[in-house]
Amino acid sequence: MAASSRRNPPPLPGAENQDPLSEMAGEDSDEGEDIFVGNSNPVAEAFQPDTANGEEPADLFSEAETSTAVNSSITTSKSNGVHSDNENDLFAEVSVELSMENPSTTAKSSGAEFTPSLTLSATQPESMEQLEEEKDEDSFDMEVAVTNPEKIGDGMNAYMAYKVSTRTTLPMFRNRTFSVWRRFSDFLGLYEKLSVKHSLNGCIIPPPPEKSVVGMTKVKVGKDDSSSADFVERRRAALERYLQRVVCHPSLLQDPDVREFLERDELPRAVGTHTLSGAGFLKMINRASDAVSKMTIKISDSDAWFDNKLQEVESEELQLRKLHAVVDSLVNHRKELCGNTAVFAKSMAMLGNSEDNTALSRALSQLAEVEDKMETLHQEQAASDFFILAELLADYIRLLGAVRGCFEQRMKTWQRWQEAQSTLQKKREVEAKLLWANKPDKLQQAKEEITEWEGKVTQYERDFDRISVTVRKEFLRFEKQKSKDFKSQIVKYLESLLQSQQRHVKFWEAFLPEAKAIA
Amino acid sequence: KLCKQYFPVDILSKILSINVDLQTDATLQVDISDALSERDKVKFTVHTKSTLPNFKQNEFSVVRQHEEFIWLHDSFVENEEYAGYIIPPAPPRPDFDASREKLQKLGEGEGSMTKEEFTKMKQELEAEYLAIFKKTVAMHEVFLCRVAAHPVLRKDMNFHVFLEYNQDLSVRGKNKREKMEDFFKNVVKSADGVLVAGVKDVDDFFEHEKTFLLEYHNRVKDASSKSDRMIRSHKNAADDINRIASTLYTLGTQDSTDVCKFFLKVSELFEKTRKIEARVAADEDLKLADLLKYYLRESQAAKDLLYRRGRALVDYENANKALDKARAKNKDVLQAETSQQVCCQKFEKISESAKQELIDFKTRRVAAFRKNLVELAELELKHAKGNLQLLQSCVGVLKGDT
Repeated sequence: MAASSRRNPPPLPGAENQDPLSEMAGEDSDEGEDIFVGNSNPVAEAFQPDTANGEEPADLFSEAETSTAVNSSITTSKSNGVHSDNENDLFAEVSVELSMENPSTTAKSSGAEFTPSLTLSATQPESMEQLEEEKDEDSFDMEVAVTNPEKIGDGMNAYMAYKVSTRTTLPMFRNRTFSVWRRFSDFLGLYEKLSVKHSLNGCIIPPPPEKSVVGMTKVKVGKDDSSSADFVERRRAALERYLQRVVCHPSLLQDPDVREFLERDELPRAVGTHTLSGAGFLKMINRASDAVSKMTIKISDSDAWFDNKLQEVESEELQLRKLHAVVDSLVNHRKELCGNTAVFAKSMAMLGNSEDNTALSRALSQLAEVEDKMETLHQEQAASDFFILAELLADYIRLLGAVRGCFEQRMKTWQRWQEAQSTLQKKREVEAKLLWANKPDKLQQAKEEITEWEGKVTQYERDFDRISVTVRKEFLRFEKQKSKDFKSQIVKYLESLLQSQQRHVKFWEAFLPEAKAIA
Repeated sequence: KLCKQYFPVDILSKILSINVDLQTDATLQVDISDALSERDKVKFTVHTKSTLPNFKQNEFSVVRQHEEFIWLHDSFVENEEYAGYIIPPAPPRPDFDASREKLQKLGEGEGSMTKEEFTKMKQELEAEYLAIFKKTVAMHEVFLCRVAAHPVLRKDMNFHVFLEYNQDLSVRGKNKREKMEDFFKNVVKSADGVLVAGVKDVDDFFEHEKTFLLEYHNRVKDASSKSDRMIRSHKNAADDINRIASTLYTLGTQDSTDVCKFFLKVSELFEKTRKIEARVAADEDLKLADLLKYYLRESQAAKDLLYRRGRALVDYENANKALDKARAKNKDVLQAETSQQVCCQKFEKISESAKQELIDFKTRRVAAFRKNLVELAELELKHAKGNLQLLQSCVGVLKGDT
């Protein structure tokens, strides 16, 4: 978090920006979490190659002056590590190398439709080496949380509303902290919109949690038991992770729909997300046909990288599914263990009651209590197994599906290009024939068509190149995120196991003297 | 083909944990020094060391099968002389069916799993088989030791024949008709038992014991079955952790990235923790479940003793009434008197030894529970600490890496 920063404040007028800097300087080192200020300050990303040398800092950061936090780190050639100000050391760097070192590749990336306004560019470096060397950039000026599930309404028309709270210093939002109420279909609607807009570019759109008619019905009907509570909690956590992934994604965050989702008080009801609606059916059919076509497309790609990665993704997905199934089994067995332990504890207590040797009787009752405590431990452990491990795996299985979708999108683009090329070829053949047959007016038309298709071929080729770059970038970003996620979640899980064992030790240590006291 | 044919078993007597305060004196020491598992039977080598004059040698061994143990036990039960003693419960029949079935299924499913998985599972099933085997040997040994420790039963002729006669005892298992007879006998006995139990005893000690044993027996039965279920869940969870470890290993070997190395480390951790979890389940089985099972059988034997005494009491009271009637009619008085005398003697003999037996039973029970509960707590602690250490060091390494 507090990695050394090499941020040179741009030549903004007025020294008023210096003071907030020094304030932040003092605070940032220790309290990085609370203070969003000063971390990953946005860097203008979509430079045109010509302006890549930071010659227009003023234009791009005109918006910046309104926010005290923003002092973008446009790098000049000084960016190679020379700090001009001491305060800058305390601010985390934000992919400074990006804009300067690779003017050529930035041009292509502009196809990813970054708006010229400030963007987060946490992991945007273009060259392969930079992509892989980039330090973990996990500081964002953005925090979202999904909390307070509340049941609105009654009966079958009831629904759960969730509070979506955002805390940010990004200037594109009206306030720094704000919250809105959203329902599940709103989240799905957001996904649909983002999907439509961005999946064609090869972006990996985080998939939302799954619908569950059974689960929701229970909640609607008002079944007030632990399984409903579990379901709601599970959904809340999943929605939170979903949103966090969305806002983590630099280009998705820029999307006005995302902003609207986070900010706007009343959101129009998302249509087409209802399970049994016509749109729903249509989607199912489309997906089915997509699946068929996926199997038939195979790019004779000179770049084996994509093929290899796709294979990796597929095999990884397989393993994760397997793992998820086993973890599920573990959760069930632990719940079983929990139940059986409780029953056993009661039985032990009864036995202790009927035992007529007093010391033994007491020891047996104590054993019953220990087993009772074990039951609680098992229950917590099962929850841990589920919420930390199983859900992580489920999320990534879905995400890998989205990644595959990305690759498939690229394949489709390639196919379109190939088809255009073959159409062009045909048109040329037609022209040749017409030339030979000497029909001037048809010839004119043929020539026009050829020009048209030549243009298309060029366009599609460019599209393909562009999407290849995006997919590659997205994939590397995804891999990094995945690596981080898995590590942190698994460590969290192990820590929960650790705590459980510590309490284990305590309970049995308390029991041992009781057992020894039997006489 | 997957079942091991032979399990050498020399340290088994040390596993003996059920019965504690058995005075092992030099005059008669019995143990099972070896055991062989064949197709569907187990052959126990019963080894005796004795300074008693009854035996031809001071040290000798014979080979016995389960049916011969049962024959010995039944001969005690049917012997009127021993009506006043708690007959040590017969060892349960060696039951490898479940284990064998699992090994067979594994063999059939060999094609559908990787070589590592297969070897792992095979090792585990073999370990399970071995554990069951060890247990059945221990149960049979406990039975013999209890008999050898009992001041009266140890002198029994059948027992000596059992220990010494180095030929097959030709004790065939009961045929169908005999089993049916047994079944009906048991039905009659339990009906009778209910009647007898209904008779209020003048003696406070026995009345209390009756109520106590009845309740205790039922609760031990309950606790025993519930403990079995709990331990089975524990084993299942340990198995799951095993599979998680395997899958993580596969994931970890797909590449050499950071994440893959991470997976490998975690997989290793889970391998170790699940071994500990499996040990926890096994120890709970040994120290808790087996303890409860044993006292289920012993409390039944104690109940049987009370029943026999109750039966003798009823007979005695009936003989008294018959005598009164005979005296009143002045007919067959001598016969009635002798009959009453016999019943009286029988009853008093049983009562006397029964009291001591029941007191001993209590002492043994308390001692056995103490030993096992202490050992259980110590083992649980040891394993939890082991687990803790593994987790702490792994988390330390993982956090340090990232």
